[in-house]
Amino acid sequence: MSGLAKRFGAGSAVRDLSFSVARGARVALLGANGAGKTTTIAMILGLLEPSAGSIRVLGAEVPAQRHRILARVNFSSPYLDLPARLTVRQNLQVYARLYGVRDARGRLRELASELRLEAFLDRPTGRLSAGQKTRVMLAKALVNRPELLVLDEPTASLDPDNADRLRSYLDRYAAESGATLFLASHNMAEVERLCEEVLLLEKGRLAARGSPTELVRRFGRRNLEEVFLQIARQGGGDD
Amino acid sequence: MTEDRSRDAVGASLGRMRAMMLRHVYLMTSSWPRVLELVYWPTVQITLWGFIALYLARQDGGFAGLAAVLLSAVLLWDTFFRSQLGVSLSFMEEMWARNLGHLFVSPLRPFELVLSLFAMSLLRTLIGVGGAALLAIPIHGFNLVAELGPPLALFFVNNLLFGWSLGLVVSALVLRLGLGAESLAWALVFLIQQVSAVYYPIAVLPEPLQWVAAVLPPAQVFEGMRRLLAEGLFDVGLLVRALALNLVWMTISGIVFLLLLRSARRLGLLLQVGE
Repeated sequence: MSGLAKRFGAGSAVRDLSFSVARGARVALLGANGAGKTTTIAMILGLLEPSAGSIRVLGAEVPAQRHRILARVNFSSPYLDLPARLTVRQNLQVYARLYGVRDARGRLRELASELRLEAFLDRPTGRLSAGQKTRVMLAKALVNRPELLVLDEPTASLDPDNADRLRSYLDRYAAESGATLFLASHNMAEVERLCEEVLLLEKGRLAARGSPTELVRRFGRRNLEEVFLQIARQGGGDD
Repeated sequence: MTEDRSRDAVGASLGRMRAMMLRHVYLMTSSWPRVLELVYWPTVQITLWGFIALYLARQDGGFAGLAAVLLSAVLLWDTFFRSQLGVSLSFMEEMWARNLGHLFVSPLRPFELVLSLFAMSLLRTLIGVGGAALLAIPIHGFNLVAELGPPLALFFVNNLLFGWSLGLVVSALVLRLGLGAESLAWALVFLIQQVSAVYYPIAVLPEPLQWVAAVLPPAQVFEGMRRLLAEGLFDVGLLVRALALNLVWMTISGIVFLLLLRSARRLGLLLQVGE
């Protein structure tokens, strides 16, 4: 993306944001609340029209040509839900069809086993615990085996055990499929484990970029969390 | 080669529309009160109006065909009402469920979403109005199909089309203004009822409202229906006019939907919708 900006009235959520992500890379978007992470993700997905700049995803201009690539992309976000009255199986069936998944039943079986959904496949989605719901949302995000998987806070409501299982699963999925992983998270340990590159946003601008190790070294801190706190509280990114 | 690709594209498009319909069928069948409700209100209406018509017909000066006119009007009005609600409520279901963002990042195109809403609306209308029409036979000895004959299909289609147009505009407005505006789904339809000459001829309306009625397809349908029942005359001109008006309204509502969807995309509303 190049020169990306999003203004809402007089305020700017994202300003002059430019970066590129190689196919198969695993990139984390970090930033304090209101730094512009969700806005950036929404623009990448074509849910939000930029005020300026351009975005190219898997070779297509977004939002203008988004329909060329949407079948190859998927995402999960805590801001969205799945229909609560439908069972988990029904929701996943609907999305498998929407994404044109061949052998939808087989894919559902696979996902149910890999993400341990079998016990509640036929339960209404609205009656699941927060942790179960997160796994179902992830199953929806993986139903089409996306080449670009965009995740906003993927493990926010999971206990440490489930969060760890899920990170292992994402790690394996990205390695085996060669998919690009683009995630926004506030969990620094998760970012250090899953991502080889970090984009740190501050007030809608790219404040720093690099691998977790590089950033820690460059800012003279002990870990990524301290880098995050320095930028969030005092500013002072790369530029 | 190109032909194969376009056939694949059509197949994929139909598959996505079927997926959306499946989603709403799952929702409908997940709760029997929902299915019952589809038939309940039209039945209440037809029962109430049937007894009112019976009472009026027995008064001095009442005419025997009154029941047929009133009950036909009730059922045809319900066609418009249900088809409008069928579109707008199915759309609002996605907003209530906070599912709209997922749909708009899936390969589902806006026109596929709209066509699937229309298909669901047709299904809901057939269940609701069809159920009430069937119940009117034993309750009031009134058979809508026998009374109106083949023109019934044209009356039905015209009211259905206008219901879809209004449903699309209501959906777009709720998307743009938020769920606080959901009562528009009921408010607009009853506003239109006043000038649609459902239970009285257009001539009863004050002149400025007659001009409004002249551009509303249901007003043409109800005039045509009364002429058919009272005079046994099927006025093709009224139906052609209704159809032409429907084409205009459908175009306008499609444009309004796309413009407001674009505006929602600009304002970031697709990610924020929900109860």
